[in-house]
Amino acid sequence: MGALVTTASAIGGVGLVCAVALALAARFLGVEEDQRIEEVVDLLPGANCGGCGFAGCADYAKAMVIEGAAINLCAPCGAETLQALSELLGRKAEATEKEVAIVLCGGNATSAPRRSAYNGVADCAAAHAVGGGDKVCQYGCLGYGSCARVCPSGAIELVDGLATVHPDLCIGCGACVRTCPRHLIKMVPATRVVHVLCSSRAKGPVVKKACTVGCIGCSICTKLAEDNAIRMEGPLAVVDYSKQFDHPEIAEKCPGHCIVRHQTPNTEHRASLKEPAGTS
Amino acid sequence: MTDTEEQLYIVSSSPHAHSGDSVRRIMLDVIIALLPACAAAVFFFRIDAARLIATCVAACVATEWLCRKAMGRDSGITDLSAVVTGILLALNLPPSLPTWMAVVGSIVAIAIAKQLFGGIGYNPFNPALVGRAALLISFTGPMTTWSNPATLTAATTAATPLRLLRRYGVYDFTPTMATNAFLGNIGGSLGEASVLALLIGAAWLLWRRWISWHIPVFYVGTVALFALALWLIDPQQNMPPHFHVLTGGLMLGALFMATDMVTSPVTKPGMAIFGVGCGILTMVIRRWGGYPEGTSFAILIMNAFTPLINRATRPRVFGKKRSA
Amino acid sequence: MKLLKAKHKSHGGVHPKYRKNLVQDMAIEEMPLPQLLRVSMAQHLGAPARPVVKKGDTVLRGQLIGEAAGFISAAVHAPTSGTVKAVTPCPTPAGPQAPAIEIEPDGEDRWDPEVEKSAAARDGLIAEFQKSPGAKKDVVLGIIADAGIVGMGGAGFPTHVKLSPPPKKPIDTLIINGAECEPYLSSDNRLMIEHAERIWSGALLVRKVLGAGTLRVAIEENKPEAIAAMEKAAGDFGGEADVAIVVLKTEYPQGAEKQQIYAITGREVPAGGLPMDVGTVVQNVGTTYAVWDAVVNARPLIQRVTSLTGSPVSTPRNVLARVGTSYADMLAFCGGTAGDVAKAISGGPMMGLAQASLDIPTTKTTSGIVLLTPAELSVYGSTPCISCGRCVDGCPMNLMPCELSQMLEAEDYDAAEEYNVLDCIECGCCAFQCPAHRPLVQHIRQGKARIMAKRRAERQAAAKDES
Repeated sequence: MGALVTTASAIGGVGLVCAVALALAARFLGVEEDQRIEEVVDLLPGANCGGCGFAGCADYAKAMVIEGAAINLCAPCGAETLQALSELLGRKAEATEKEVAIVLCGGNATSAPRRSAYNGVADCAAAHAVGGGDKVCQYGCLGYGSCARVCPSGAIELVDGLATVHPDLCIGCGACVRTCPRHLIKMVPATRVVHVLCSSRAKGPVVKKACTVGCIGCSICTKLAEDNAIRMEGPLAVVDYSKQFDHPEIAEKCPGHCIVRHQTPNTEHRASLKEPAGTS
Repeated sequence: MTDTEEQLYIVSSSPHAHSGDSVRRIMLDVIIALLPACAAAVFFFRIDAARLIATCVAACVATEWLCRKAMGRDSGITDLSAVVTGILLALNLPPSLPTWMAVVGSIVAIAIAKQLFGGIGYNPFNPALVGRAALLISFTGPMTTWSNPATLTAATTAATPLRLLRRYGVYDFTPTMATNAFLGNIGGSLGEASVLALLIGAAWLLWRRWISWHIPVFYVGTVALFALALWLIDPQQNMPPHFHVLTGGLMLGALFMATDMVTSPVTKPGMAIFGVGCGILTMVIRRWGGYPEGTSFAILIMNAFTPLINRATRPRVFGKKRSA
Repeated sequence: MKLLKAKHKSHGGVHPKYRKNLVQDMAIEEMPLPQLLRVSMAQHLGAPARPVVKKGDTVLRGQLIGEAAGFISAAVHAPTSGTVKAVTPCPTPAGPQAPAIEIEPDGEDRWDPEVEKSAAARDGLIAEFQKSPGAKKDVVLGIIADAGIVGMGGAGFPTHVKLSPPPKKPIDTLIINGAECEPYLSSDNRLMIEHAERIWSGALLVRKVLGAGTLRVAIEENKPEAIAAMEKAAGDFGGEADVAIVVLKTEYPQGAEKQQIYAITGREVPAGGLPMDVGTVVQNVGTTYAVWDAVVNARPLIQRVTSLTGSPVSTPRNVLARVGTSYADMLAFCGGTAGDVAKAISGGPMMGLAQASLDIPTTKTTSGIVLLTPAELSVYGSTPCISCGRCVDGCPMNLMPCELSQMLEAEDYDAAEEYNVLDCIECGCCAFQCPAHRPLVQHIRQGKARIMAKRRAERQAAAKDES
């Protein structure tokens, strides 16, 4: 019994001394930090995606409070959060339109054949560097999942070897845009409906050999889209995303079958959600 | 297009040629190298040796398979590294150890020391030695109960040379005892017994160039020199150097445990430093430490230094000065 | 003629199965003109050449069809007479397409009369050059540049640039690289056996251009016939100062220039530097032959010897073919395939580029086309590194490929830079021996590309800040 009391008081005493020391240290040696930084961090989504251009949410919070960085740089923030930030920091900012990513390619395993069997690091940049990629189409999605792996919200799925973004899951950070070695992914306003799912700059006959759903450069869509919303850039039709438009028959009228009127081309695959491609 | 069949050419980065070696090949060579030691173990310790070796190998392979399945990874047992761990663990055990304890040791070696870190290549410590250390600390009694080999006629429980030294102090290590230690006619763990069998196996690995001479030579050399120095300073309190070289787990440790690729340095100067460090620690533990045998802990401690040693012994890049 | 042994041996190296027996005894055979030649404008290091002909033009053999676009660039010439069918992109061994000129041969193979006219005056020029090399050096360099000669060992660096080092980097040693350390290849070997005098001629010309005192011809031990031929032919050039043949131990990569310079002279090319920094120039045997042909016969570089070999090839050969010949046509000349082909490599198996198809034209640097069967294939996997140390033992640059590849897998580019990844010569000795079959060279290449891109971006940002 005596030993127990001695031990308990000894350990307890040490603990008490340490606690007092820590409290004093926190008081007198503590680093002064603006209270608001922590409050801002709590408001931010915490995805640390880097879309704002800063090194994570804490860094952006500090920049906002101390350096006066714009408060509307965080894409994943909703209007509510922006309002809360505005009130907290006493600054006005316009909400930016919600943007989501879209992969402008429709060449999956069925429509876009491979021209070689790639053996090596299962990363799109790596595959692209070895001999220009293993697909016949020199511009299309290689399907090794680098974008899916870098997406902080798991919004990118590889459906039949083609990267596809689920717009409802996309937080708009832009990490995938920076990752794709063929620059196939674009950030577009979430309300846009018409998309040309092809980025091939090759001429029509070459595209036909490379993919059954590629843009053959016929420019029929440019006439169907009002107000010059689709333009030809060389042999490729490119949508002008600054304009909001729609046309009920534009997808059917496209001879290349590369235009869609919604984000996810292969909706039947959504039912069987596969894991994004793992390691090499 | 390619040739008439619809077969695509394989495209990869260079080089497109390979020496033909594989991890499995390495493990097979190590298993072959351990066969003489296993044969010696069975010869001297009969059914106990067979029982323990079989148990450890089976338990290690099964544990690895189960762990990989639970982690959702490929099974990995075909590279035979679990078999090697099993054999090495068994060779580190006393012949009278109960079977269930050997199973526990195997599970610790594979599940904790290897798979929890990510599997082969990621483990910082030698799995077999971690298994042995865990058993030694958990079941000290059975792990330090030794028997004489079937070839000796004395009582079944006996003391190994190192235990004799620890218990009774310095004694006369006769040439007969030395010969026995070399050939295997001596008490100890399964693998400690026959230095000769271990040397034959190590020669095979050296010839196949899977281990280099640096670690064994620097390790055993340091032990010999350290022991020599102690013995010269005070022959009454210390055993002669050849005693330390021939007894205990030193030869097994220096030839097969310290040379484990994953946990030892990758550069030749680094291997030398590693060997010297193991040698010093082994002798310190034997002479002044709490355990009669220091090899296992010495190697485990040096394993922790391997990344640092690798960093410190980076080779001088062609075309650059030393400091760069 | 002195036969020397290498004085030094650099670290590392491997001994792959050489399999040169498939073609080393096959004399060079010229293949007939194919139906179509696609001459790339980008078959050298530096700026691609600018086409100077257009669709429908008639061209003659040796006529200029692409002019050098800048100092580090090379001219390109028509390999035969015919009609320009198109000026259009064509596939290259590295993958991305490059502009090319498609020529349909007319079968007559008529030389450009300019070539014949120049050839007539060459004897005089060479005599003058021998008498006063300083005065005529620029003329000779001009001839080499106009002939479009580039490094034919594989790098494709414009030769006239290589032979014009700045005055503050004097050259005292010229090494002619006849090592041909890659397995399977034998084109340089056959050139030395069959045209030893011409190679000596070219070598001595280049030595005079550089003003170097020492000339060494490096040949590996496994080419005894070539050594004997070069020895015999050298007898005719007796009297030149400090000329010798160096017999190198057979090992890969003895043909790598930094390692070869060290083996022969003991000098280490500084990291990030060039051979001229240690007063040396290394030139491939094929390039030396081309220099001879250009200076003596006024012929531009329009053809080369390529070893088309491998066990699936019916009749492996050392083919002399015009630049722009399709690999498929060359394979047909060698009897096609007799078995399954798993991989087609442009170059040798250690540093060559795997191809997706044989519908690709040869260039000035195509030293070999190697076909491999499925059984000869080695497949890269993704098993972790087991720290066996084979890669460290084998690296000729003394790097630690195992550490580099793990850093690059983790995308730690700063650590990789600290561990000297930029000094890697991509020889493949590491991956050749890796028991875990890790794609070490691929990791390293990716790392180098990322680091160089980052440096470029930083330089551009810095330049923008300053302006």
